[in-house]
Amino acid sequence: MVEAITMAHAWEMHHDASVVVIGQDVGANGGVFRATAGLQARFGSDRVQDTPLAEATIAGMSVGMAAHGLKPVAEIQFMGFIYPALDQIINHMTRMRYRTRGRLSCPVVIRTPHGGGIHAPEHHSESTETLLCHIPGLRVVCPSSPARAYGLLLAAIRDPDPVVFLEPLRLYRAMRQEVMDDGRAMPLDRCFILREGSDVTIVSWGAMTLDSLRAAAELNSVGIDAEVIDLATLSPIDSESILASVARTGRLVIVHEAARNVGVGAEIAAIVAEHGLYDLHAPIARVTGFDTIMPLFRLEQDYIPSVQRIVDAVRRTLAD
Amino acid sequence: MTIVANFNVHYRQILDSQGRLVGPLPAFAEDLPELVKMYAAMTRVRVFDTKAVNLQRTGQLGTYPSSLGHEATHIGVGAAMRPEDVLAPVYREFGTQLWRGVTMAEILMYWGGDERGNDFAVPRHDFAWCVPIATQTLHAAGAAMAFKIRREPRCALAYIGDGGTSEGCFYEALNLAGARDLPVVFVIVNNGWAISVPVASQTRAQTLAQKAVAAGIPGIQVDGNDVLAVRAVVGEALETARHGGGPCLIEALTYRLSDHTTADDANRYRPESEVKEAWALEPLPRLREYLRRNGAWDDAREEELLRDCAGQVDAAVREYLHSVKPSTDAMFDHLFATPLPHLEEQRAIARKYASKSRGH
Repeated sequence: MVEAITMAHAWEMHHDASVVVIGQDVGANGGVFRATAGLQARFGSDRVQDTPLAEATIAGMSVGMAAHGLKPVAEIQFMGFIYPALDQIINHMTRMRYRTRGRLSCPVVIRTPHGGGIHAPEHHSESTETLLCHIPGLRVVCPSSPARAYGLLLAAIRDPDPVVFLEPLRLYRAMRQEVMDDGRAMPLDRCFILREGSDVTIVSWGAMTLDSLRAAAELNSVGIDAEVIDLATLSPIDSESILASVARTGRLVIVHEAARNVGVGAEIAAIVAEHGLYDLHAPIARVTGFDTIMPLFRLEQDYIPSVQRIVDAVRRTLAD
Repeated sequence: MTIVANFNVHYRQILDSQGRLVGPLPAFAEDLPELVKMYAAMTRVRVFDTKAVNLQRTGQLGTYPSSLGHEATHIGVGAAMRPEDVLAPVYREFGTQLWRGVTMAEILMYWGGDERGNDFAVPRHDFAWCVPIATQTLHAAGAAMAFKIRREPRCALAYIGDGGTSEGCFYEALNLAGARDLPVVFVIVNNGWAISVPVASQTRAQTLAQKAVAAGIPGIQVDGNDVLAVRAVVGEALETARHGGGPCLIEALTYRLSDHTTADDANRYRPESEVKEAWALEPLPRLREYLRRNGAWDDAREEELLRDCAGQVDAAVREYLHSVKPSTDAMFDHLFATPLPHLEEQRAIARKYASKSRGH
């Protein structure tokens, strides 16, 4: 998947001179995950810049650059380090268009790895997307395949408003797929149906979509036909697609790696409770990370929802 | 032990508090009509400021941060900048903004609780007021980065207060500007007080200008009540930055003659004697005296100027007070470039339950 991300950068930089890549180690090193590999050599050190080691700097300078005609694509090295940037994201990046009545705007993409599962050190495996999804004026996107990483990153860069682009760590290397380098963006604010099914809807995003698909395959072997939806844009939520799916299946299981409390899953459940309650044949189930700290890696597989937990939740939903 | 590095902080003053020349006259100051224009601008912002405080006191304006005493710094900076440069203000630098074309009605609109005040007709490219302390310094650095990448001969200028220099963002912006040689100038308006906390409690540093040293950029102190010195120092810094010479940090020493804002009462924490002493150093009389001595000013002109300013301020106040409350829809407009379905649903709810108050 990481090559698809690099490819999307390169396409857009080639076709739009205002796109500038910034971040820690994104230059000669090509990013710690190699997401920007080769870009500095190709586009020069003005357009692919290492920043000082300071996340508020990365976000704050992005605001200034974006308000003055550039489209910064900024990398925050790990999601656990995004917090110093939140001040700039919340107070400025997402408010610029609003508070100046459209006079200035902030077309910024902040890319950051998301989630655990690769035995990384402390603070390197976080999935705190809920913090971001609560911010008005911000899009939060999380691809779950190389093709969607390519298409959604292009869409994010072309979007006139700020986007946080969460890249599932587990998929950087694990997932391989041929991707056409044709510059075609995929739609933001839309879900993707990864597997059609008639008995239950499983909504997930990022790396958990793979586990959800595995669960669906297992369930299939016992005669349960699960639909698997990749949320893809976590904010704003594509309510319409989820409600349509639940109307067909009558059951909903939400799967995410992030902690449960006030998670994005809760918002999805609330949307379905408000607008699709009478389509439900069983209570909504959530399979999520625990409301604990993401543990160091010897326990991380106990934290991240397993395929079995998803299978069990679906079966409970069908038992009612 | 060997000394491996040495640093100095220079201080600049041209007109002393009595309006006497104590330093060499910069080229721009040979042009007396230009100095009259600067004096008029300083007077205008003071007349405006008095009126704005009165509007707040009579319930016709929200909380307002007076700029009383800062006129020389604000006009000196304004006059030193070029129109195409970008200003990243804090929230008190009305003098600079008026000089650059922001209108008094726009200022009142914003402080009267209406985002439309941020939609400056002129200059379109300046940043809006910035309430979260020090965050604007990074915006200026980012804008400067854009100018540098596009090879445009433009500069960004960020204001910051003395209290703001304790924020991490400020150090980060200085560091970035130095590390990337950005065409940006930072102006610290050291008015002695961050609400109730004096500079001596913010830092043990002897000057705030020396905070530039760690970033590897020049730090200069200037008499912030001396508009000639401010314009000279800021003008030189901008020209250096514009021609690839790198950033600069300027500390303008002035005094907040007012409360922090209309919501503050400075009598609670600072002695009257200190304020009295500061009035003796305030910016307007010294330039007036200088102009008088050079035959460019007299009582008649002063009276005419005050009348003229009052007229302009009254017109702006009328425009502001007669402005129609923004539509409820404004909350939903401009959040995203294109409307989103869930926000359109919420817009309909907001419309249905919209308050009928005038909103002043």
